[in-house]
Amino acid sequence: MENKKEMVVSAIENGTVIDHIPTASVYQVIRILGLESYKDEVLIGNYLDSNKLGKKGIVKIKNKHFSIDEVSKIALVAPFASIIDIENYKVVKKFKAEIPDHVENFVKCANPKCITNAEAVPTKFDVVDKENLKLRCHYCEKFTTLETMKFTE
Amino acid sequence: MSTLKGRNLISITDFSKEEYIEVLDIAEGFEKNPKQKILSDKVVATLFFEPSTRTRLSFESAANQLGARIIGFSDPGGTSVQKGESLHDTIVMVSSYSDLIVMRNPKEGSSRYASEVSSVPVINAGDGANQHPTQCMLDLYSIRKTQGTLENLNIAMVGDLKYGRTVHSLVQAMCNFNATFHLVSPVELKLPSSVKMSIKDAGLKYYQYTDLKDIIPTADIIYMTRVQRERFPDPMEYERVKDSCILTASMLKGCKENMRILHPLPRVNEITTDVDKTPYAYYFQQAQNGVYVRQALMAAILGVR
Repeated sequence: MENKKEMVVSAIENGTVIDHIPTASVYQVIRILGLESYKDEVLIGNYLDSNKLGKKGIVKIKNKHFSIDEVSKIALVAPFASIIDIENYKVVKKFKAEIPDHVENFVKCANPKCITNAEAVPTKFDVVDKENLKLRCHYCEKFTTLETMKFTE
Repeated sequence: MSTLKGRNLISITDFSKEEYIEVLDIAEGFEKNPKQKILSDKVVATLFFEPSTRTRLSFESAANQLGARIIGFSDPGGTSVQKGESLHDTIVMVSSYSDLIVMRNPKEGSSRYASEVSSVPVINAGDGANQHPTQCMLDLYSIRKTQGTLENLNIAMVGDLKYGRTVHSLVQAMCNFNATFHLVSPVELKLPSSVKMSIKDAGLKYYQYTDLKDIIPTADIIYMTRVQRERFPDPMEYERVKDSCILTASMLKGCKENMRILHPLPRVNEITTDVDKTPYAYYFQQAQNGVYVRQALMAAILGVR
């Protein structure tokens, strides 16, 4: 846990801290959680020193708590992230992001010929390999992997 | 009542082994007596967003012989689709005019999506390079008819095993019947690892070859496909391998008596015409079987069989 005196990103009184985000994934986490349109304080730190990752990102969202389902989406880009619920500056719950079995809506299908890339069809995938992150499209049945993964706007 | 009533057929994996058998049994009845007016109160919509010869004609022939009325198009030109109507809106509208939709569309996954917005069942007649399950059902019918069984057969698949959707579906379906697979293709067009994985997952064996001659003595079924020039980035490569997957009558010496040759058609040059006269050629009857299988699917899905 960060020492309060040395904290690079200010503490929040109430809300959620997402810690141990890979530096390349911080802005994807923001997008996946829809925080671009969130109307309260969102504090973002990146390239902070981390014992675990070398360098890491952190996001603190004031007055917002996530369900496990909501937050599990970020496991696709930040598999080691910790989700920390804060109340009154104190940690009340801490859990790991876990890759879900199904992913809906926010990942784009990598197959350009897929119907979801031609019409306004919300995407749906089964996660068929959590270790190597491989998603199978419910519609075109083709695979989307970490290398080909893009997120819906 | 059949478990198939009201169901969609989008992907070959949508049906169980028992359901494949049920469709084949019903199709056998239609082969004996194809003209039965059991769908005379039904309207079948055939929506072909891209051209098709065999599939559309055999669906329409199947529906006509059962007395159904057919609405639809064989080319989206001149329809509201050309004006920019979405697939969603087209399907919602057509499903209010018909009892069953048969659709071919070049977008992969389009049939699954159509089945989710349609109020009537949808049969996938091909969604791009993805699935073409009724072709697979007629392949199964042809195999059972020529071999008397689907179980424990040596199935040779020849040609473009990488991109051929009929090959992938047939491998998946035959994994239910303890088949041994003999895969003949140029190195560039080998069966994708995901499909090989389904063979392994089923506890079955496959062997890979680059020369068609090697599988002639063991095969019960030789399933030929077209090797397309445009699949090769280097034309020299195509020239080098193009003859390795051509079947001629003289190569058939030493094959099993029960062996039959299938092909989803159209054929170009991969089966020479001298094969047509041999007792092993079955590809034209295979296409004819498509009518009975499609009759069986429509009748079962519409709940009259």
